[in-house]
Amino acid sequence: MSYLFESEEHAALRVQARRFAADVIAPHALEWEEKGEFPREVYGATARAGMLGIGYPEDLGGAGGDITHALVAQEELVLAGKSVGTVVGLNSHAIALPPILRLGSPEQQRRFVPPVLAGEKISALAITEPGAGSDVAAIQTRAVLDGDHWVLDGSKIFITSGCRADLVTVAARTGGPGHAGLSLIVVERGTPGFGVGRKLAKMGWWASDTAELTFEDCRVPRENLLGRPGEGFVAIVKNFVSERLHIAGQCVAIAILAHRESVAWARERQAFGKPLAQMQVIRHKLAEMETRIAAARALTSEVATRFTRGEDVPALAAMAKNTATDACSFVCDQAVQIHGGYGYMRETVVERLYRDARLYPIGGGTREIMNEIIAKSERY
Amino acid sequence: MKILVPIKRVADPDNANKVKVSADGSRVTSEGLEQKVNPFDEYAVEAALRLTENGATQSREGEVVVCSVGPKDVAQTIRGALAMGAERGILVDGADDAMDANVIAAVLEKLYAQEKPDLVVLGKQQVDGDSNQVGQILAERLGLPQATFANSIELADGGKACVVGREVDGGVLRVKVGLPAVITVDLRIVGSKAIANGITPATHAYPDAPRYASLKGIMSAKKKPIAEHTIASLGVTEAPRIEYLKFELPPKRAAGVKVESVQELVEKLHSQAKVI
Ligand SMILES: Cc1cc2nc3c(=O)[nH]c(=O)nc-3n(C[C@H](O)[C@H](O)[C@H](O)COP(=O)(O)OP(=O)(O)OC[C@H]3O[C@@H](n4cnc5c(N)ncnc54)[C@H](O)[C@@H]3O)c2cc1C
Repeated sequence: MSYLFESEEHAALRVQARRFAADVIAPHALEWEEKGEFPREVYGATARAGMLGIGYPEDLGGAGGDITHALVAQEELVLAGKSVGTVVGLNSHAIALPPILRLGSPEQQRRFVPPVLAGEKISALAITEPGAGSDVAAIQTRAVLDGDHWVLDGSKIFITSGCRADLVTVAARTGGPGHAGLSLIVVERGTPGFGVGRKLAKMGWWASDTAELTFEDCRVPRENLLGRPGEGFVAIVKNFVSERLHIAGQCVAIAILAHRESVAWARERQAFGKPLAQMQVIRHKLAEMETRIAAARALTSEVATRFTRGEDVPALAAMAKNTATDACSFVCDQAVQIHGGYGYMRETVVERLYRDARLYPIGGGTREIMNEIIAKSERY
Repeated sequence: MKILVPIKRVADPDNANKVKVSADGSRVTSEGLEQKVNPFDEYAVEAALRLTENGATQSREGEVVVCSVGPKDVAQTIRGALAMGAERGILVDGADDAMDANVIAAVLEKLYAQEKPDLVVLGKQQVDGDSNQVGQILAERLGLPQATFANSIELADGGKACVVGREVDGGVLRVKVGLPAVITVDLRIVGSKAIANGITPATHAYPDAPRYASLKGIMSAKKKPIAEHTIASLGVTEAPRIEYLKFELPPKRAAGVKVESVQELVEKLHSQAKVI
């Protein structure tokens, strides 16, 4: 099945993404996941294959297209590459760059965006702090203007691609308390006072590094502020719809992969003299998995379509994220069950997917926060 | 320079083991399998593109016309090549099973007369039928020089000839053909330095594979022209000369046995296999 919005063009893009992921990612999927890292060169290879800049303007080195193309390419990267960690690592610019495109001056855009889309530089977005996650307005990292520099102090946590990032879009407080005091500042690697604390060990997404970042008396050139002081929060929030659609799409892709692996296994694995796939209980499990995937795909498709038409859809995007994350968690859990003991073993793909899936109701805004957004938007 | 590249789609070669023989043995069926461009044809498209561009600046310096004979849905295969960068397409409508290498060569002869290219570059063979004939028959019909199984192509004599390399036992055979000519290509033609066109700087190294079609390429392919003909409208009257009588699967092989020791192996080779 594919998204309802897909045209021949999307189908052609799928073929390219599939070939790239099968050639470049899949042969190393297990190795990179176990090692907790994929080689830096993969960014360049992905860019050269035209997969990094999808959804970004061509004059900044992007490949053109919109989120529907990005969803389709990302799905094939997951399906054919079988390393969710690698794909989300490669994709950290999907949250780091949009604020630069939204708030940045043409000069800032030319400086920061093309090297990232060419795979030469790695970018990350740093909002979450040890003391502020869901409650973004409680961010404590401070930025104080001193002559030609913003001086940053504070720390960030759980930052995807943070260990290797060359530029980090950082949320910091330039004004008073609350969301109106937040700004976004681009901090480049090598800036004195900017440090990578720890590479965090985590449940899934192993091939993607997740970092703790520190800013101590970190002097960032004044011209690295995006937009005007106080514009940070709105830019962060505006980015949520596309981020959540990306996440929903990843969940659909992971669930399809887990389902495919399960169907293949159920056809092959014999018990009580016949393949598992011939037992009604197992067939029904597979059917239910497929149904949840179809539902998640349908909602994601609808929201992506509305979004590309220019509709403002924060609540629908939150619904799509929750629907898709739940489908993904359910499907991966059932997939492990169908695989039996093999499903609990590290070399089995679904074991990894099961761990990867657990991130999704947390990252990019938790399930509970999604429900808050929906409830607020519906004014219950 | 203008190059004509005939391409064909085949059932996904990565799933060749899923191809089945129909119950009556009259044909091979590949139902349910994805159709992909024949790999050697994709190499031919890549070679033709490299011959007609500046690889360093990615500017186009010539024209590549891609053609395919088959049912209407081969338009998609043609679009794939247009997305890689070819300029135009030609679709010749015809049912797959009404064709053999001779009919295809007759069609290509007509297209050659229409297009008057400097080169016809083809894959050396299809990975489904494996007949390896079209390029050779076409060259013969056109009375043109041919160089087959090319693993390198170098433009020579100010673009009036090609030096074509071909791997042979113990080395590389190099032949020079005056243009126009027919060249069939092998896998290594997509090697990073396999093509020298005098435009792309010699220092430029291509990836060792056909290029990926960019999203931009895919989008612009929709706007590129694909001319349509039928075998009859081109005036081709040739009928297939090859008739397939029957297909059958090779007999199932009996399972092998594991031996415990070298002694046992030698003993079995002697007493059971009777080879020593
Ligand atoms: C692998 C990984 C990668 C990440 N990558 C990034 C990144 O690149 N950049 C970045 O900035 N952040 C990143 N994050 C952080 C992520 O966005 C946060 O973890 C997430 O927003 C939740 O924040 P928290 O962890 O502080 O949880 P908390 O906010 O402390 O929430 C804890 C629990 O309380 C619930 N809760 C909180 N508030 C409410 C409420 N009002 N009503 C009901 N329930 C509530 C939550 O839903 C959750 O269940 C990443 C996280 C992970 C795990």
